[in-house]
Amino acid sequence: MKYFYLIFSSLGRKKLRTGLTILSIMVAFLLFGYLAAIRQAFDAGVEVAGADRLIVRHKVSIIQLLPQSYEAKIEQIDGVDNAAHSTWFGGIYQEPKNFFAQIPVVPGELFDMYPEFIISDEQKAAWLATRSGALVGRGTMERFDWKLGDRIPINATIWGKKDGGRTWEFDIVAVYDGAEKGTDTSQFFFRYDFFDETRANGQGLVGWYTVRVSDPDRAAEVATAIDAEFANSPQETKTEPEGAFIQGFANQIGNIGFIITSIMSAVFFTILLVAGNTMAYAVRERTSELAVLKAIGFTDGGVLGLVLGESLAITFVGGALGLGLAWLLVSMGDPTDGSFPVFYLPTSYLFLGLMLIAGMAFVAGILPALQAQRLQIADALRR
Amino acid sequence: MTDKNSADTLVRVSGVDKIFKRGSEEIHVLGGLDLDIPRGEFLALMGPSGSGKSTLLNLVGGLDRPSEGSVEVGGQRIDKLSDRKLAGWRARHVGLVFQFYNLMPVLNAQKNVELPLLLTKLSKGERKKRASIALDIVGLSHRAGHYPRQLSGGEQQRTGIARAIVTDPTLLLCDEPTGDLDRKSGDEILDLLQALNTEQGKTIIMVTHDIHAAARATRTLYLNKGQLSTEPED
Amino acid sequence: MFNWISQVISVTGFSIRSLPQRKGSSAAALLGIAGVVAVMVGVLSIAQGVLKTMQSSAGDSNAIVLRSGADSEMMSGLAGDDTRIIAEAPGIARDTSGPVASPELFVVINLPMRSTGTDANVPLRGVQASAMKVRAGFKMIEGRMFEWGLNEVIVGKGARAQFAGLDVGSSIEVGQEMWPVVGVFEANGGLSESEIWVDAAVLQPAYRRGNSYQAVYTKLNARDSFDEFKDSLTSDPRLNVKVMRESEYYDSQSTTVYNLITGLGTLIAVIMGLGAVFGALNTMYTAVSSRNREIATLRALGFRAGPVVISVISESLLLAFIGGLFGAGLAWLAFDGYRAATLNWASFSAITFAFDVNLKLLAQGIFFAMLIGLVGGLFPAVRAARQPIAHALREL
Repeated sequence: MKYFYLIFSSLGRKKLRTGLTILSIMVAFLLFGYLAAIRQAFDAGVEVAGADRLIVRHKVSIIQLLPQSYEAKIEQIDGVDNAAHSTWFGGIYQEPKNFFAQIPVVPGELFDMYPEFIISDEQKAAWLATRSGALVGRGTMERFDWKLGDRIPINATIWGKKDGGRTWEFDIVAVYDGAEKGTDTSQFFFRYDFFDETRANGQGLVGWYTVRVSDPDRAAEVATAIDAEFANSPQETKTEPEGAFIQGFANQIGNIGFIITSIMSAVFFTILLVAGNTMAYAVRERTSELAVLKAIGFTDGGVLGLVLGESLAITFVGGALGLGLAWLLVSMGDPTDGSFPVFYLPTSYLFLGLMLIAGMAFVAGILPALQAQRLQIADALRR
Repeated sequence: MTDKNSADTLVRVSGVDKIFKRGSEEIHVLGGLDLDIPRGEFLALMGPSGSGKSTLLNLVGGLDRPSEGSVEVGGQRIDKLSDRKLAGWRARHVGLVFQFYNLMPVLNAQKNVELPLLLTKLSKGERKKRASIALDIVGLSHRAGHYPRQLSGGEQQRTGIARAIVTDPTLLLCDEPTGDLDRKSGDEILDLLQALNTEQGKTIIMVTHDIHAAARATRTLYLNKGQLSTEPED
Repeated sequence: MFNWISQVISVTGFSIRSLPQRKGSSAAALLGIAGVVAVMVGVLSIAQGVLKTMQSSAGDSNAIVLRSGADSEMMSGLAGDDTRIIAEAPGIARDTSGPVASPELFVVINLPMRSTGTDANVPLRGVQASAMKVRAGFKMIEGRMFEWGLNEVIVGKGARAQFAGLDVGSSIEVGQEMWPVVGVFEANGGLSESEIWVDAAVLQPAYRRGNSYQAVYTKLNARDSFDEFKDSLTSDPRLNVKVMRESEYYDSQSTTVYNLITGLGTLIAVIMGLGAVFGALNTMYTAVSSRNREIATLRALGFRAGPVVISVISESLLLAFIGGLFGAGLAWLAFDGYRAATLNWASFSAITFAFDVNLKLLAQGIFFAMLIGLVGGLFPAVRAARQPIAHALREL
């Protein structure tokens, strides 16, 4: 404790150099924090995916439709608790860059299948009472500044209306919030019955099924059973756990985790050089001072500790600033303006950041510290 | 068996050799040296440069080890202590005064003087008090908050002396303490050292090549080619 | 004037000759800059690679016809009769078999990616003979062309590299049938290399499309025939179509991905660059302060301040240039040509591409490095020049 004063005042020796080193370290950790948030945005869907939920889709391709009649058959399979269908609407609100998912569903099924969606009972009832009603996630509500009761026109690119038009109108009667931080609150749900009776073609066909199994440990078994049921039929299915399904999409975009890890490694390596160099210089210039400390009676170990302490002080100040700044930047919102369903800096990465700070301090400071430790007093004082 | 002299002897150097290696060359700086220093003595060590006076000082202060022979201070064989123990011994028993002061530029006078006390178990308040006393003794209380770069050469050296005495050490070792000072400041320093010796009974060993400085000591020895004598070499 | 220049040269000479004394910190700054450039070039080469794929596909004298209102082939639908009308429009290049107009349909099938094992949406395109003529540089590189009328497919070399099960001799599952892969093709690095091709007449019944297609790709007889071609089709009362140059079409398809990557890549590069600037400043300040006495002596002897500033900046620029070169070279070695796949948001299907470390990118990287070197050297240089000489001479 009492050595803190000594450590911190040593930093004041070359304020400019210390300051620049701290800034470099700050930059490294700023990047670390920000990239962690980006990585999390890609991983989030996978994490909050229900362990007890499976996705059933057309075997050949996600864009192929399945018969609505499959629902009953799926629910009959042993191990299946409930099955609910969803379809990709794929419309555009004003312009393509305002992208968000629009999905027709059966309200009661949605409530049952996704307990992580928090909706007031009042609004649930409103949705059940309004054919053209829509349930919108908080994220999208805030993004476009919508209010309950707003009428939203969506331009359909896939689904034309029976009357020939392509503009569908929905009334926002309900809003949902996510129970967990990673829950996607960007989606726009509307009623399947409204969808089926308004669409020009494709009646009775749906996009995919979400299935809840009663025992998550039997998930793989149930998945195989479902696919077996529909094998050799005109629409064969492929069933996999929700997490795997989402991961598959992320993988298609690119091996994000790998790319980010590589970038961060390069960044840290670079910054480590800067920090290590600073520490080396700090020790080299102060050989006589360090010798005096030893002469006065500081042990070799004590001097080693002092240098490491300085390294830690610099790294910690820079790292904490960087992580703090990252946090601030992340809370300013999604940089892609809507493509990421969630965007935040997870605490686990903050802890990782702290550990990296300690690690970096050690690696940057250890060699100079050992040099200081081995300093021979008589030689050093002679200089 | 202790005779009267032994009881008073603070430092006993026996049969000490010191060899330095410069590449493949071996330089014998000290050879078969014997020296007894009684408690309360103010000893001046003189000699041409390269004669080994600073080396001898370092050996007595535990800053270096002899290649041969023994160094005993206060009854303890310091050449036999481990590095760690030696550091601790120095902290308690030795005060060092350097030619170029060697103060920490980032600490003010007060904090510089407190530095050796960090190695003790004293509380923050205690440390502050002792440092203040030491600064008072050297007459620098009014400059306690100043940094080395704000102090004159003489003031810096006085701070150095304050730091050296703050732990109340057994031995005070001074390596050319007036070497970098003008006549007047140098005299002030020597006055101070003399006072510490006569009034406080501090044992002081001072390396110098200034005759006037040596004149203040109670005994002067001359080192030449690694050997001690009471006469200067011609 | 001449005196001044010779001063600059000699001071810079001292400066650079004393570099070996500071090799530790110089190396640190150099490697730091190299790292920044390598990452920047690496990340941006992804966007360049995607762009290159898109652009290689687009011939400037190619046009694409979709149903009016459709943003991509996926959303489009054209009746077989319509495609015949379109093929008769003016402005289309003609050869011995007739107009070079290719009606095509487009579906997506799931195949596992070689790298992760998880599924990707791979484009499966139904074509007619003219499709090969519209794609620049179309060439079979392995196996053979499929036989018209049969369930045979050929795959693009990008698709074969990224997705499992597409080697010549294996088969892909379409519905309940197995369609054999009989050949591999390339097309100038264009988009079609991410696709699997089959006879349109075979694909239509398999997907119950009747006689409908999704797009018509045409080769115009001259770049300027586009307007004529477009006007003729949009004014035709029998048709309800949208006509674009192929390059325009691909631009619109790739914008999202390209902007995303370029945006993120630039952000990362700038932040890293900032870190490198601090590192460079650190190095240069240290370099300057360790030579304070030397510089002050030179000035005391009569060298002017200007040459001192220039010498410090030159040293910094030299380090930065070497670092930038090193980093760019590293990026080129590591990344250029590296094949990968990503998602085309517009059609929700995979596009394969190769990281493209092109000259433009390398130049940008080195320029960026020099910028870092300039900033890193400027402040220390000015400080060195402004130090009072006497003060510096006294410094030990």
